[in-house]
Amino acid sequence: MTATDHAPLAYPFNSGQDLDLSEAYERARDTPGLLRVRMQYGEPAWLATRYADARLVLGDQRFSRALSLEHDEPRASEGRRDSGILSMDPPDHTRLRSLVAKAFTVRQVEKLRPQIRELTTSLLDAMEAAGPPVDLVDSYALPIPVAVICRLLGVPERDRPQFRAWSDAALSTSSLTAEEFDRNREELRSYMADLIAVHRAGPRDDLMTALIEARDHGDRLSELELVDLCVGILVAGHETTATQIPNFVLTLLDHPQALARLRAEPTLITEAIEELLRFVPLGSGAGQARYAREDVEVGGTLVRAGEPVLVAIGAANRDALRFTEAGALDITRGGNAHLGFGHGVHHCLGAPLARLELQEAIGALVARFPRLHIAGDITWKTEMLVRGPRVMPVGW
Amino acid sequence: MSWRLSVDPGECMGSGMCAGTAPDLFALDGDRSRPVREHIPEGDERALDAADICPMRAISVQNADGRKIGPRE
Repeated sequence: MTATDHAPLAYPFNSGQDLDLSEAYERARDTPGLLRVRMQYGEPAWLATRYADARLVLGDQRFSRALSLEHDEPRASEGRRDSGILSMDPPDHTRLRSLVAKAFTVRQVEKLRPQIRELTTSLLDAMEAAGPPVDLVDSYALPIPVAVICRLLGVPERDRPQFRAWSDAALSTSSLTAEEFDRNREELRSYMADLIAVHRAGPRDDLMTALIEARDHGDRLSELELVDLCVGILVAGHETTATQIPNFVLTLLDHPQALARLRAEPTLITEAIEELLRFVPLGSGAGQARYAREDVEVGGTLVRAGEPVLVAIGAANRDALRFTEAGALDITRGGNAHLGFGHGVHHCLGAPLARLELQEAIGALVARFPRLHIAGDITWKTEMLVRGPRVMPVGW
Repeated sequence: MSWRLSVDPGECMGSGMCAGTAPDLFALDGDRSRPVREHIPEGDERALDAADICPMRAISVQNADGRKIGPRE
């Protein structure tokens, strides 16, 4: 009997109201072959849940993102997400990626650490001055990555309420119609096109200016690629980090021993953040299906050319074949080759920056407030590609 | 004339970007990448591309004179 004998399972498995990993993943990991799943929209897909399978599908050139544009890609909303650089394969992908890679290397972002440290200090001062309870999302988790990506890219921070709404909709899986989805994307594009025009007229020392230079003098990308790259960097540059900050705080509060250890040994923050990146399943499911260019065997299933495979990162990150005590949070874990930032050519561009922001944000917060606790009801983001609190009142 | 590829194992974090971009030039051994062959015919731009996009800047490309030509500044 093969998995294809069964009707595809409805996907995603995870609830949107917590950070748990559905038990369905554990069963899937222990069952030979890939699971057959169907998302709300698009064609059925294979689902990879084991670490080795995930690395194969994400890292092997026999799997393509660009092919998704020719298929009815599995997705959570009606609207099609032509995700720019995320829908490209090498060499096109490499061409765009190499234009922005330099700005996000470890060495480059490390220079931002003092600025980010200053920012966390002033935000914590403001929280203390306001007094508890304070919404951690609005007062701390969002302002940090927004300020950093705005300065780096060259977007005015004061526009935050505007692009927050667009960015929310871009990552929404709710009942947006295809038209609403497209309209939202066009608004965001036109906002960015205006900013690009301003930068063209008056070049500055920021990434947007560097990309405009690459377009106007090097002809290395089209105008639409330029706009979409800036949009992508703005959205991806703040949404995930802003979501993971409260997620990590919540997870640490759920693991008081780990939190006490971290407070006693603040230098563990580097390992702690890597472990939280492994342990916390950010996505409600999986997206960005990879399409097989040729027949490929994955974990005992023959994926046929033209078939899509979804990769459940959260499940792969708790694969006992790869991680000892995979289900436990161990903030001293070494050699933590988690897939929290993905793997292969689409490995998160901003990973070094996200790491830095998370280390500084979590480190400073737990040090400042030894009695940090949840002080009210958490409102969860619902119907989003990423899971996490929309509002999280904390006291200290 | 050939170029010489190397990956600093102390820097590499195994993102898989190089092996995904140019699988005939780079391969992952467990959690780390290595050049498939140390010497490649000169002029293969993909080696420079891979060095450019490495998030750890762990890849070096040297020309026949031993001068470092990648990652490009």
